[in-house]
Amino acid sequence: MPQFTGTDVVCFRGERTVFHGLTFGLGAGEAVMLRGANGSGKSSLLRLMAGLGRPLSGVIGWQGQSIANDPEAHNARLHYIGHHDPVKPVLTVAENLGFWAALRSQGENGKAVEAALGRLGIGHLATVPGRFLSAGQKRRVNLARALTTSADLWLLDEPQTALDKAAEHSFLDAIAEHRSKGGMVVMSSHAEESLADATELDLGKYQVAS
Amino acid sequence: MNAFRLILARDLHLAMRQGMDSLMVVMFFVIAVVLFPFGVGPESNILARIAPGVIWVAALLASMLSLERLFQTEYEDGSLELLALQPVALEITVMAKVVAHWLTTGLPLIVAAPLLAVLMNLPDEGFIILIVALVLGTPTLSLIGAIGAALILGSRRGGILLSLLVLPLYIPVLIFGVSAVDVVINGFEAKAQLLILGGIFLAALPLCPWVGAAALRQALD
Repeated sequence: MPQFTGTDVVCFRGERTVFHGLTFGLGAGEAVMLRGANGSGKSSLLRLMAGLGRPLSGVIGWQGQSIANDPEAHNARLHYIGHHDPVKPVLTVAENLGFWAALRSQGENGKAVEAALGRLGIGHLATVPGRFLSAGQKRRVNLARALTTSADLWLLDEPQTALDKAAEHSFLDAIAEHRSKGGMVVMSSHAEESLADATELDLGKYQVAS
Repeated sequence: MNAFRLILARDLHLAMRQGMDSLMVVMFFVIAVVLFPFGVGPESNILARIAPGVIWVAALLASMLSLERLFQTEYEDGSLELLALQPVALEITVMAKVVAHWLTTGLPLIVAAPLLAVLMNLPDEGFIILIVALVLGTPTLSLIGAIGAALILGSRRGGILLSLLVLPLYIPVLIFGVSAVDVVINGFEAKAQLLILGGIFLAALPLCPWVGAAALRQALD
């Protein structure tokens, strides 16, 4: 039984219909890979799924209820990795990550931050200010955010961007572990490899014929 | 409340690490006021007459100077969409950022104001009321400014647009802030002016974070 669903979703952005009639469903432990050419609406769909925008029509829901009914509850159940890596240049890596972890958890989260950084191979950068990080290191810090606190749904917009192979494998392992615990993943990617047993959703099929 | 405290502490932390922003606002305030004696001449009576207005206008412009960056850097580096995706009402986030803005700009302006009042030859009886009026008025400037700062996100020439949006809304605060000091200098009580300034603040307190959050949602959509 899918927990996270979309029904006849229509996305309208920049004075054009990006896609229409899109329906999807995700149950515990499942994953969806978003495919499609540039501009086909992968990022737009992930933003709609996160609640950052609203579909022109159709419903995105959690356990039968529209996510728009209780945005804060939906926020609590998701991690979103977008195109930007929000790493403040004047804060250290641990401070950057600690802030986001603290917003989602009560009490001490220093160990969770340390473990997340270690898992992505940047434990040694904990005390380094954000301004000294490379693009790939900033991306690792951003991905580590998803590992510090638990959330049922991970929405990942091309998470492998700027990552080296080692970091990519570490993160794919983390995704597999998240799914093994019942977590759900929606991920856009231009890479040929897919997540194991993931449903492929080609947004090209939902374009408006011109 | 925990989220409010965390966001406020982080913004203060960021402001301290990049301390030049607050310092520049105060420096602008000081320089803007110092220019007036050069412009209108050193006649002490004229300076005393225009002192409340000059200090208020300079404070208002200085407060606006830092508003553009209230949400802009968060918007550009992706932090804003993450803040909007936390299990926290966006209104709380806006409120925390407004308080941080006031603590890093409004408060330093209030601290610098008596020094500038001396420079402008403000009569002794005007000092305390100037501080009281600024304490009541400057938080309103930050609150109203947050709406403008949220509305300009993603626009080109945001700074100019921000001035056009926000300055007209500052006029009531300016009128009653200056009037409070003027009436006290002329030997009357400023109770009415202070009550109006307090009333404007109390109205802006719930309204501005609500409108600002709506503007942020629009910018992120």
